[in-house]
Amino acid sequence: MSPDFLNFIETVLNGLMTGVMYALVALGFVLIFKASGIFNFAQGVMALFAALTLVGLQTGQMPFSHLINATFGTDIHHWGPGLPTILAILMTMAVMIVLAFTIEKVVLKHLVNQEPIILFMATIGLAYFLEGFGDLMWGADVKPLDVGLPTGGSFWLEDVTTSWATAGSEYYGMYIDTLDVSAAIIAIILVIALTIFSQYTATGRALRAVADDHQAALSVGISLRSIWVIVWSISGFVALVAGIMWGAKSGVQFSLSLIALKALPVLILGGFTSIPGAIVGGLIIGVGEKLAEAYIGPLVGGAVENWFAYMVALAFLLFRPQGLYGEKIIERI
Amino acid sequence: MLYRETGDFSSTYAADQQTFPIRSERYLFWTAMAFAFLVVPFLVNDYWEKSVLVPLLVWSMAALGLNILTGYCGQVSLGTGGFMAVGAYACYKLMTAFPEMNMFIVVVLSGGVTAFVGMLFGLPSLRIKGFYLAVATLAAQFFLVWIFNKVPWFYNNSASGQITAPERTIFGVAVTGASAPPWATYLFCLTLVFVFAWVARNLTRGQLGRSWMAIRDMDIAAEIIGVQPLKAKISAFAVSSFYIGVAGALYFSVWLGAAEPTEAFGIDKSFLVLFMVIIGGLGSILGSFLGAAFLTLMPVLLKNVMVGGMSWPTDLAAHIEIMLVGGLIVFFLIVEPHGLAQLWRLLKEKLRLWPFPY
Repeated sequence: MSPDFLNFIETVLNGLMTGVMYALVALGFVLIFKASGIFNFAQGVMALFAALTLVGLQTGQMPFSHLINATFGTDIHHWGPGLPTILAILMTMAVMIVLAFTIEKVVLKHLVNQEPIILFMATIGLAYFLEGFGDLMWGADVKPLDVGLPTGGSFWLEDVTTSWATAGSEYYGMYIDTLDVSAAIIAIILVIALTIFSQYTATGRALRAVADDHQAALSVGISLRSIWVIVWSISGFVALVAGIMWGAKSGVQFSLSLIALKALPVLILGGFTSIPGAIVGGLIIGVGEKLAEAYIGPLVGGAVENWFAYMVALAFLLFRPQGLYGEKIIERI
Repeated sequence: MLYRETGDFSSTYAADQQTFPIRSERYLFWTAMAFAFLVVPFLVNDYWEKSVLVPLLVWSMAALGLNILTGYCGQVSLGTGGFMAVGAYACYKLMTAFPEMNMFIVVVLSGGVTAFVGMLFGLPSLRIKGFYLAVATLAAQFFLVWIFNKVPWFYNNSASGQITAPERTIFGVAVTGASAPPWATYLFCLTLVFVFAWVARNLTRGQLGRSWMAIRDMDIAAEIIGVQPLKAKISAFAVSSFYIGVAGALYFSVWLGAAEPTEAFGIDKSFLVLFMVIIGGLGSILGSFLGAAFLTLMPVLLKNVMVGGMSWPTDLAAHIEIMLVGGLIVFFLIVEPHGLAQLWRLLKEKLRLWPFPY
């Protein structure tokens, strides 16, 4: 095979891996949107918050140390050597559940029956709050996150792909980050688990009932509020997984919350209400973005990644306003 | 005693339909305007101009623009930052291409350019609605900022990629550049905002404004009774972008003096203006001002209290500030989803009967 073609394959593969990461974030959006009709802008910040908490627990940081030091003139940084990774992940999950509970109690409860735009705004407010809160609690510096996943390129793959190239051509193998591969595997497991959960458990069925019709679900005795807590916890869990993956990839820092913006075109491409849509949309956007960067980028001066996804989504929406798998929009007077 | 309806009778339709139908309200308004135009210019100093008054006016202008689109026509836009960038770059190109041109004309022309760009990006709104449209407008945001970064023509090939406002004058008084006196920049912004707020108020209660509101309330029904969605939506995008473009031009030329697209016109600016509109009140001219005032003055106040009063480090204060902003947004949405303007309306209802409510 010619090196050009192999390069193309490499770009596509990397795009697929990135796409899986986008899909991971988009999944959290879809879960909440389906169950409560809330377009949760705070999903990205939730991922950041989860990752921050995980790093903090793992390294034994003192929460609010900055604030305490500034107020009392003390100099505290750590409360101990930190927790083992598994324990830290479980504790972070507990924190995310508490967060879901608090959000329902403090915010959502009061906003039932408001217009979608108001709920959307409330989640942006929430995103700001969480961002400030996370930084205040754990500090705003960039932190490395290591949960024991392998990182770096795979030599095996490089050797194998080098042997594919035409003899004599200058080709040194594909670079695929092993972290991306494990992220993809974890995402696939997560999606299968979520599907099984929503198909075969009583809670999962209740979730789907709420997603279908709030009032009908209420009338058969499903508690809307506990469903909301569950949904926000699940998307907190998805946020945690996304936070771990992105955090391990590029360090835990503020820009982690911006992946929410990357997930938006994925969402409108796949449709707000469809879990498979989030995955397929993520893959399309991931591949499209990488290909555009590789083949259109050099022509126009690079950084096409920033807007390409949106333009694809926009062009796509013109032909299919409800996204790939979204429910058909029927309007009545 | 400030607000009295008693003994105030309107005897003509014109008197009944005016913006401030009650006499004491008119007095209040004109007193405030006289104060803003005649007294404040003599008191204003550099600090007040650069960190309170000019930001307030610029954001009010942007909020007015977004309120026309989102509040009156119901089209949610997250592209405000991008459109402000269009206004700023149009302003820069005009300032450097025609050094003799009056600043008023430059600013209004940059608004016109933005209106045209806004119309282009408004076209998808005919087909896409709601959140899908909000996300689609993000395309404008990212694409516009990217293009201003990448095409050297827009920043006249300057080495840093920044645009810097040269000194330009109105009637011989500098309003841009480092040596512009505070009172002149303030009056320049105030005049523009006053004029365009007046225009916005009268647009929104005229035929055009009513067709926007019909589209907002239910677009299919509006179409059936004869409102053309194409005309209404595109005109809303055009007018709104015009305001946002003027705000962007002032933001760059009068307030900042120099700008770099990614930093100055990022997505956070889009959210900021949207917050102003929501907190102030959707579909209210007064609300745009209240929202802008709330979100520009509160950070200044918080910063003064936390850094100056409690001598905390600035990064800590910044964290607490965004936390509080977020918390307050949620709080306001819960307590009064219709914004500060609605609180003012309620207060007026109360004042009418005070001190003897039945």
